[in-house]
Amino acid sequence: MSAAAMTATMKTQPLVSDDGKPLVAYHLVRWHIAAAIISLIISMTAGFLYSLQFVGYYPFPDSELLSPGHIRLIHTNMAAYGWLVNGFTAMCYYIIPRLTGYRVWSAKLGNLIFVVWQFILLSTIGGLLMNRAQAIEWGETPTGFKPGSFDLNWIPVDLLVTVGAVLLIAQLMVPMFKARDQKFYVTLWYFTAGLIWLALTYLMGNIIPEWVLPGAAGAAVTGLFIHDLVGLYVTPMGWGLMYFFVPLILRKPIWSHSLSVIGFWALAFFYPLGGVHHFLISPIPDYVEFGAITTTIAIEVVVTTVVVNFFMTLRGKWSALRTNMAIRWFYAGAVMYFITCLQCAFHVTWMFQKVIHFTDWVVGHAHMIMYGTFTFWIFGTIDWLWPRIMKREWYSNRLRGWHFWLSTIGIVIMFTDLTISGLVVGFMQRELNPWSDMVQASIPFWWVRTFSGGMMITGLLCGAYNMWMTSRSDRVYVEDAHYIAAEAD
Amino acid sequence: MERFYTLAFAAGIGCFAVAFILAFIFPWMTIEEYHGAKYRTLEELAETPSASFIELSEKFPEAFAREFPAGVNSDTYGEALRLGRDLYIGQACWHCHSQYVRVVSNEMQRFGPASTAQEYQNALNQPHLWGTRRVGPDLTREFGLRTNDSHIAHLISPKDVVPYSMMPAYAYYFEKDGTPKKDGFGLVTYLQWIGSEYIRQAEEKAADAENAEEGTDG
Repeated sequence: MSAAAMTATMKTQPLVSDDGKPLVAYHLVRWHIAAAIISLIISMTAGFLYSLQFVGYYPFPDSELLSPGHIRLIHTNMAAYGWLVNGFTAMCYYIIPRLTGYRVWSAKLGNLIFVVWQFILLSTIGGLLMNRAQAIEWGETPTGFKPGSFDLNWIPVDLLVTVGAVLLIAQLMVPMFKARDQKFYVTLWYFTAGLIWLALTYLMGNIIPEWVLPGAAGAAVTGLFIHDLVGLYVTPMGWGLMYFFVPLILRKPIWSHSLSVIGFWALAFFYPLGGVHHFLISPIPDYVEFGAITTTIAIEVVVTTVVVNFFMTLRGKWSALRTNMAIRWFYAGAVMYFITCLQCAFHVTWMFQKVIHFTDWVVGHAHMIMYGTFTFWIFGTIDWLWPRIMKREWYSNRLRGWHFWLSTIGIVIMFTDLTISGLVVGFMQRELNPWSDMVQASIPFWWVRTFSGGMMITGLLCGAYNMWMTSRSDRVYVEDAHYIAAEAD
Repeated sequence: MERFYTLAFAAGIGCFAVAFILAFIFPWMTIEEYHGAKYRTLEELAETPSASFIELSEKFPEAFAREFPAGVNSDTYGEALRLGRDLYIGQACWHCHSQYVRVVSNEMQRFGPASTAQEYQNALNQPHLWGTRRVGPDLTREFGLRTNDSHIAHLISPKDVVPYSMMPAYAYYFEKDGTPKKDGFGLVTYLQWIGSEYIRQAEEKAADAENAEEGTDG
C-alpha cells in the first residue's frame, strides 16, 4: 500500500475481518500497555534507587538481595524486556491487523504469550536478585544453567524468552503472511523485518558468547547484540509506530515515499554492521572497528532522511504540536532522536572515544535514545490510544501536560548533565588525575542526575495515575469527528 | 521491495547474515588465525592453585576447612574461581569496573600494558567481562598488586580504604571479624586471579625468547 493510499484505507477499511469477527483483539492491547507501564515504573524506580548509591544515600546498604548491582540490572532489563517489548507488542496488536486486514493468529495464543512474557519478567527479577545474571550486557536474563555446564540453577529464562519470542513472531507474522499479495505500507516493512531480527539477535547474543566463543571474538558478538537489540528491534518498531500514527493523526500522507524506502533499506543494511563500535580501541581487530565506525556514520545520513521526511510531513500542520499531545510526544522524540544520532556520528570516532568511552557521556546517550526517543513515542501512542481503547475521556488534561513536561525537562537535564560529566571525567582520566578526584568531580553531576531522574519518575506517575483514573472514569469518549470514519465501525 | 517475502528474506535474514559474517565471523577468524590464541579450560586454569588461595587457607584455616573440606587443590581452586566470578557477574561488578586497557588516554601509564586478544581466551572470560563503563578503575592489571587482606578490608568497607569511594560495601560476604564466608573466599580468589593470564603469557613468551637465544648461541 502506498503512503498516499494509507490514510484513505484507514477511513474505509471495516474493523472486522473477513469472517466477521472483530479485527483487533483490544484486550491484548490493553493488557500489554498496562504491563508495560508497570514495568516502566519498576524500572525507573530501580534506576532512581541506583542513582542514590552514587551520591551516598542508597537506602539498603546492608542487604545482599537489594544490593545496588542487582537494582541496576533490574533497571536495564525491565526497561528493555518489560517496558519496550510489552509496549511495542501492544502497538503491533493494534496496528498489524489494521494494515493487513487480517486478525492475528489467535487471541487465545495472545493470552498465553502475555502470561509467558510476564512470567519471564518476574523470573528475571527473581534471578537477578539471586545472583543469577548472565554476563551479557542488555541480556542479563538468567540462562538458568550453571556457567559452563547444563545443570539447572534457576528458571531457564533465556529459553523461555526464545519460546515467547517465537510464539509472538508466529502470532504477528500470520496476518502479514496472509497479506503477502499486498504491497505493504512502510510500518509493515519495519515490523516484518524487526520481528525476524528480534529472534535472530536474541539467539545470537545469548548463545555464542555464553556457550561457544570466549574473549575478544565473543566481545564482537556481544557488541553486535547490544547494538542490534536497539537497532534491529527497538528502532524498527519505533519507526513503525511513527509511520503509522503520524499520518493518521495529522490526516495527511507521509511527505516522501522515496525517503521512506531509503530510510528502511539503509537501516537494514548499515545498522547491523556497526555492532563492534561498543568496544572500540580494544583487542577486536582494527579493520572491524573501522568498518563499524564507517557504517555508524552512514546511519546518520539515513537518520537525517527519515527525520526530514517526518518534519516535512508536519509542514503546514505545525499547530498540531500545540493542540495534539500525541504529536507533541512524537516530535519531541524525533528531535531527541536526531540529536542522539548526530552525537553518535561524532562519538563513534576514535578521537572522541579516547576521551568519552567508559564515562557518563555514554550513559547520557543511552538514556536520551531509550527514554527521550522510544519511550516518548510509546507515550505518544498511549496518549492517543488510551481513550479510544478504554472508551473513556482522559481524566485530566493537566496531568497529561505534567507528564510531558516533567519527562521532557527531566531527560534534557539528565542528558546535558551526563554529557558534561563525561567530558570532565574523560579529560581527567586522560590527564592521569587520581581516581578519587574523578569520583569527587562527578558527585555534583550525579546529584543533578538523581534530581532529573526524580522529575522523570514524577512525570511517569502523573501519566500512570491519569491512565488509571481514565479507565475508571464514567465520561465516555466521543470520537473526534475527523476520526469517526476510521474508528467507529 | 514492498512485499512480505522480500522484506522477510532480504532485509530480515539477508542483511542480518551479512552483518553476522562481516562483524563476527571475520574478526573471530582473525583472532583465531593470526593471534594463535589457545583456549584454556577452567581445569587448565585451576591446575596450580594461586599463592593467594593458599594464603587464604593458611590465614583462615578453620573457615577454609569448613567451606572447602578437600583443602587446597585444583578442584577447590577451580570451584572458588567459578564462584567468585559468578558473584562478580551477579553483583554487576563488571558494569562499573572494566577489564581491558586501551592504548589511548594514557591508560598504559595508569593501569599497565594494553590488553591483548590472547589473554581472554579462557573459560573465565566466556562471556568476557570487558564492561562499558568505569565508575571504578580497570581491574585487568591488578594481578599481584594487593594482598588478600587489603581486598578483604576494601570489600567490607570501601570508604575506609579509599575515602571518596562510592563502591557499595560487600560486608555480608564476611564474618564480623573479617573471616570470609564461602562467597567471600570465592570473590577474593577471583579478584586475585584477574589479569594473571596476561602475566603467565608474558612469562611464557620471555622464556621462549630466552630458549631461542640459547638455541642460536649453541
